[in-house]
Amino acid sequence: MGQIIGVWIAAGLTLMIFSFLYKDNPFYKFAEHVYVGVSAAYTCFYTWDYFLMPKLINPLLQHHWLVIIPGIFGAMMLTRWFPRSAWVSRWPIAVSVGVASGLVVVQYMQGFVIPQIQNTLLPIAGPAVTFNNPITNLWNHPLNNLIIIVGTVTTLVYFYFSKKHKGFIGGTAKVGIIFIMVAFGASFGYTVMARISLLIGRIHFLINDWLLPLFRSLTH
Amino acid sequence: MRRQIPLILTFLTGIAIFIAFFIPHKPFNEVQDILLDWAIIIAGFALLLGIHSLLRKHITHIKKKDGGWGYSLILTFFFVGVFTVGIFSAIQYKGYSLTPGSLLYFVYDYMVIPLSATMFALLAFFIASAAYRAFRARRLNATLLLIAAVVVMLGRVPIMENAFFNFLSRFSDWFMFIPQMAAKRGILIGVALGAFAMSLRIILGIERTYLQ
Repeated sequence: MGQIIGVWIAAGLTLMIFSFLYKDNPFYKFAEHVYVGVSAAYTCFYTWDYFLMPKLINPLLQHHWLVIIPGIFGAMMLTRWFPRSAWVSRWPIAVSVGVASGLVVVQYMQGFVIPQIQNTLLPIAGPAVTFNNPITNLWNHPLNNLIIIVGTVTTLVYFYFSKKHKGFIGGTAKVGIIFIMVAFGASFGYTVMARISLLIGRIHFLINDWLLPLFRSLTH
Repeated sequence: MRRQIPLILTFLTGIAIFIAFFIPHKPFNEVQDILLDWAIIIAGFALLLGIHSLLRKHITHIKKKDGGWGYSLILTFFFVGVFTVGIFSAIQYKGYSLTPGSLLYFVYDYMVIPLSATMFALLAFFIASAAYRAFRARRLNATLLLIAAVVVMLGRVPIMENAFFNFLSRFSDWFMFIPQMAAKRGILIGVALGAFAMSLRIILGIERTYLQ
């Protein structure tokens, strides 16, 4: 019974959201506000279950008192509610910003930037770059290495604004914009496909989980 | 003191992670995990600020009976309703409200997932109309954008099984792995270098805008 009620709620909300395709209407606005309200409350409990319980409450129950410090910092964050003491919230913000900055300086450089540069330093006249995907490897050709090098370097030059884009730099930046446009187009195509697969999922739900069982129950 | 202590805290936490990376031995290697947990706990509390801000805005709407205050009432009602459900679920399942079988899990299954999936699915239609405007092949750049998008879309989901679509499928893969990746790599290396420079400025106290 619970499942049937759930499916009807989900189907109703899905149709209300899709009604926006006709025009902005009260049904869409209703579902939109339900979405924000429900998601906000859900996020509170998600944070509680997956972050605060394992990292703050459980350690405290096991007498690991060190977690009192971030607990106090967290409480200091709430001083933003009171304008006179809002400056106290800078302390926990400073800790969060410090942790994030420290991670970027070392981990991001070692785990992301250096491997990316390493994979761009390819031999132009050597073996072609190979991928795990056997289909892609059918296209492997030493020219691929050159395309990767030229694409990466020219894209970087396009975003170099310390010198005017004239002469050699201007020409290189023009090649860069070609690569950037190709990348944006491909990313756009990829995003469209992802959204369409979501749309197919919703239509599949409406037909198979809601309408077909409804018709079956009506015809029996 | 109002500015100096936060600057010192940023410097110390940033440097602690730096040291933990270069000295992977006790107790330094534990510092990074501890500080990461601290940042997560602080972020958990920060969520309350966002929830407070959202509710304050909508409750003010309701009090003033501004245009569309009924929708603010709906939002507040559903927030309070799901929050109450969450508390009952947490009591029932010893603190873990999102345990499968709980009432909050039901809300997640039949409200949160359908609503978010439909919202994103709705974008398929708007992205198509945006594509029409962006892809009108008036200039070389727009033409390249159009070709790349069409190749990727048709290559990922071939319309039929024949030599042309087989070729397109392979070409789409090559397209994603070679020219697309090259440009993306260039952009990401640029972003990463910018983030690196900004992080250094923050740790050294040169960049202070986050304290405002």
